[in-house]
Amino acid sequence: MPLKILVTAKRVEDPESKIKVKPDGAGIVTDGVNYKMNPFDEIAVEEALRLKERHGGEVIVASIGGEKSATEIRAALAMGADRGILVRHDGPLDPVVVSALLAKVFELEKPDLVILGKQSIDDDQNQAGQYLAARLGLGQATFASKIESLESEAEQKKEPGVKLAADGKSVAVVREVDGGVETLEVSLPAVVTTDLRLNKPRFASLPGIMKAKKKELKELAAAALGVDLAPKVVVKKLSEPPSRKGGVKVQDVEELWKKLHDEAKVV
Amino acid sequence: MANVLIVAEQFGGAVRKATLHAISAGREVARRTGGTLHLAVLGKGIGPVAEELSGYGAEVHAADAAVLEHPLAEAHAPVLVELARAVQASHVGAAATAFGKDLLPRVAALLEAGMATEVLGFGGEGAEVTFRRPMWAGNVLAEVALATPVKVFTVRATEFPAAAKEGKGAVTAAKVSVDAGALRTRYAGFKEVKSARPELTEARIVVAGGRGTKGDFKPVEALADELNAAVGASRAAVDAGWVPNDWQVGQTGKVVAPELYVAAGISGAIQHLAGMKGSKVIVAVNKDPDAPIFQLADYGLVADLFKALPELAEKLKKSR
Repeated sequence: MPLKILVTAKRVEDPESKIKVKPDGAGIVTDGVNYKMNPFDEIAVEEALRLKERHGGEVIVASIGGEKSATEIRAALAMGADRGILVRHDGPLDPVVVSALLAKVFELEKPDLVILGKQSIDDDQNQAGQYLAARLGLGQATFASKIESLESEAEQKKEPGVKLAADGKSVAVVREVDGGVETLEVSLPAVVTTDLRLNKPRFASLPGIMKAKKKELKELAAAALGVDLAPKVVVKKLSEPPSRKGGVKVQDVEELWKKLHDEAKVV
Repeated sequence: MANVLIVAEQFGGAVRKATLHAISAGREVARRTGGTLHLAVLGKGIGPVAEELSGYGAEVHAADAAVLEHPLAEAHAPVLVELARAVQASHVGAAATAFGKDLLPRVAALLEAGMATEVLGFGGEGAEVTFRRPMWAGNVLAEVALATPVKVFTVRATEFPAAAKEGKGAVTAAKVSVDAGALRTRYAGFKEVKSARPELTEARIVVAGGRGTKGDFKPVEALADELNAAVGASRAAVDAGWVPNDWQVGQTGKVVAPELYVAAGISGAIQHLAGMKGSKVIVAVNKDPDAPIFQLADYGLVADLFKALPELAEKLKKSR
């Protein structure tokens, strides 16, 4: 049964970039910072592509943000997604607003499955997927993972970790929770959020990048979607965490032992 | 309506320790708002757990029903929404565990509330509570305000003390009006990962290994067992399939703050540091003298972990 899958691709600071807070605490320094697709969303795109390769269907990638967010949509199209939707919004975003806008995209596209990263690595909130599921009255399976390791045969074969039921009416999702691994079955349409160990995302190929340029990328104005765009999570001030002072280097285990035993008294 | 509702977490008939830290956070918010603290616990056959929780001096609302047997967010959320309204909660919180992080955003959405995740502490003045929380993998601290009548939050357990028992609260039955047949989520199994070692997030000492182990965690585990410590790992070690997923310490894994953290063969990527830099004493053992981990370790030893760890374990054994 072919699946119509909606995935998200948020534009975020490259996790390898050094993040510094502006002196007035009103934001972060963006000079010299690179941007890329949220790594958790890359995993979502990869999972959607594997499901499409297995079952057929269509992968639609959505991003919410300024015009530069089109870059992240193109990156997902280059990986193999079919078409993109950019919800243009230049103001601050929070999970309340994001999920309201995604709910509108859902109503327009009526996908069978929505896959999102479990969190974006800028605000680290881990909320949008759950909010979206609640708004739409759908079941949710957060923190989707794989039982097998990322070195396993299943991963080498690029098998999807999210399994579509034989009747095509639900998906089974393995989740990492405290103390073990849980499996949920969620009726379609459903919302799934991805954890790190679900898959290893593919790199875009050169032909993929060329093809992506010709794929459809539709723009919607956030203001025209009838959603309250005022953020409910208001960042008042940013600061840098107290830095830890690295201490002494010890010469050998004997000295380390003495420090731990006599000075720090932790062993 | 300025009351505070803390959602307790129970597993196998016991209260999860993280809940006690969330209760501390709830007491703090209730003092600020001048409201009353309420506790909610959901599940099937949870009478003894509710009784245990009543020792923390707050009214315990026990939602005991077959439909709540498993921690399905879809089934739990509407019960909590109804309860939050009934007790006139202005703040709804829980510990930022897998359970809390799955469930509370769904509750927030249904309450049309804004939410703050992994809260480290509270700011603001009087009843105007703001939330201090990490962003960008803990490289930035943010103070956020929630501009909704009801405010939802999860707290990082290591940042709040475990609540002490005080007083005796009443236990009342919470209303459960969830139609099991209408649920779109079904619980299809649970595989418990059992360990004789202490729980990673609760251990007094953590010994963690990374790429430098080359997949051989024996010296890491041996030292951990000598110290009665939990074993942790860097993302590199987990991704390589050397150790189970739930050993991962870091921004995307578990956040720990033990009294002693021993990082063996871990270079110290930003995302790993985010998960352990709250530890009281950090020891780094690494062959590479330029490894970033040495910049924040209290005690750094440039050495081969395969020699240094067994030697340290031997010293411990002899010191007894």
